[in-house]
Amino acid sequence: MGAGLAYAVLKLPAEAPGLSKTVADNIDMSGVDNPVTAVVVNFRGYDTLLEMAVLLLALLVVWSLGSEPQRRELAPGEVLVYLTGLLVPLLILVAGYLLWVGAVAPGGAFQAGSVLAAAGLLLVLSGWRFGARFSGLSLRITVVGGLAVFVLAGLAMMLHGGRFLEYPIAYAGALILVIEAAATLSIGLILVALFLGGRPSPDQSPGSRPESRAEK
Amino acid sequence: MTTAFFYALTGIALFILGLYALIIQLHLLRKILAINVMGSGVFLLLIALATRTQSTPDPVPQAMVITGIVVAVSATALALVLMRRLLDAGGKAKLPEEKTD
Repeated sequence: MGAGLAYAVLKLPAEAPGLSKTVADNIDMSGVDNPVTAVVVNFRGYDTLLEMAVLLLALLVVWSLGSEPQRRELAPGEVLVYLTGLLVPLLILVAGYLLWVGAVAPGGAFQAGSVLAAAGLLLVLSGWRFGARFSGLSLRITVVGGLAVFVLAGLAMMLHGGRFLEYPIAYAGALILVIEAAATLSIGLILVALFLGGRPSPDQSPGSRPESRAEK
Repeated sequence: MTTAFFYALTGIALFILGLYALIIQLHLLRKILAINVMGSGVFLLLIALATRTQSTPDPVPQAMVITGIVVAVSATALALVLMRRLLDAGGKAKLPEEKTD
């Protein structure tokens, strides 16, 4: 089978521009200058929309399987706590930059969301949890937000007279930024929530840390 | 053989390696890892084949891969949680050995 696959790949033409020319020709209509972002949010918007739905679906299944498993946790050391305080703001800044730069250079919602998730995981690993304040409605709204904004933007375009997810050239850039911003938050939060492996239990106080941390 | 084909063949090798492990390994964690290795192979193949252009690489496979990576991560998380629940439910995170007589 490996030989067959290798043969098939080697028989492919050495030069195949694929759709790169089509994308390059239509980039002016997309509202952004980075071809990958144009493809992700504009030209293949359906695909991305459904992928956001898949992320949400995975989270829903994980949450429906029960609440967070109880873990034995050690209090984080000084170094971890110090570095977390240092790195998390920096990571949030990087995520914001990646989101913004996605319009013109490599970057975008998925990259920014992953960086945001990394910041979230760092917080989780140093003992932070979704507290009662976050685990209710606000968490759910943020998690659904990315998909909801995407769908609403698509429907708004239908009301506007266009087709689903067909952005008018004048607003395309702004719309894509709004969609990507919501998607970034959702992706980051969904990944962190998936890492926790269950529905956040509401009995923990907001942003609670393990006991020994509080003593310091 | 160009660089693109070298990376594409590496992707295929990863895919086959993952597929082999998926079939052979009994432990569910190893199966999940194997699926991830297969996925990485597919991503590598897609990105490699996207570079067969004169100037900038084809953005469509890149867009597919960047969304695909995040979806693969979430699917892996789901699989791991399912495995964890199976373990908590008193089962083993391992398929039974096949009886051969």
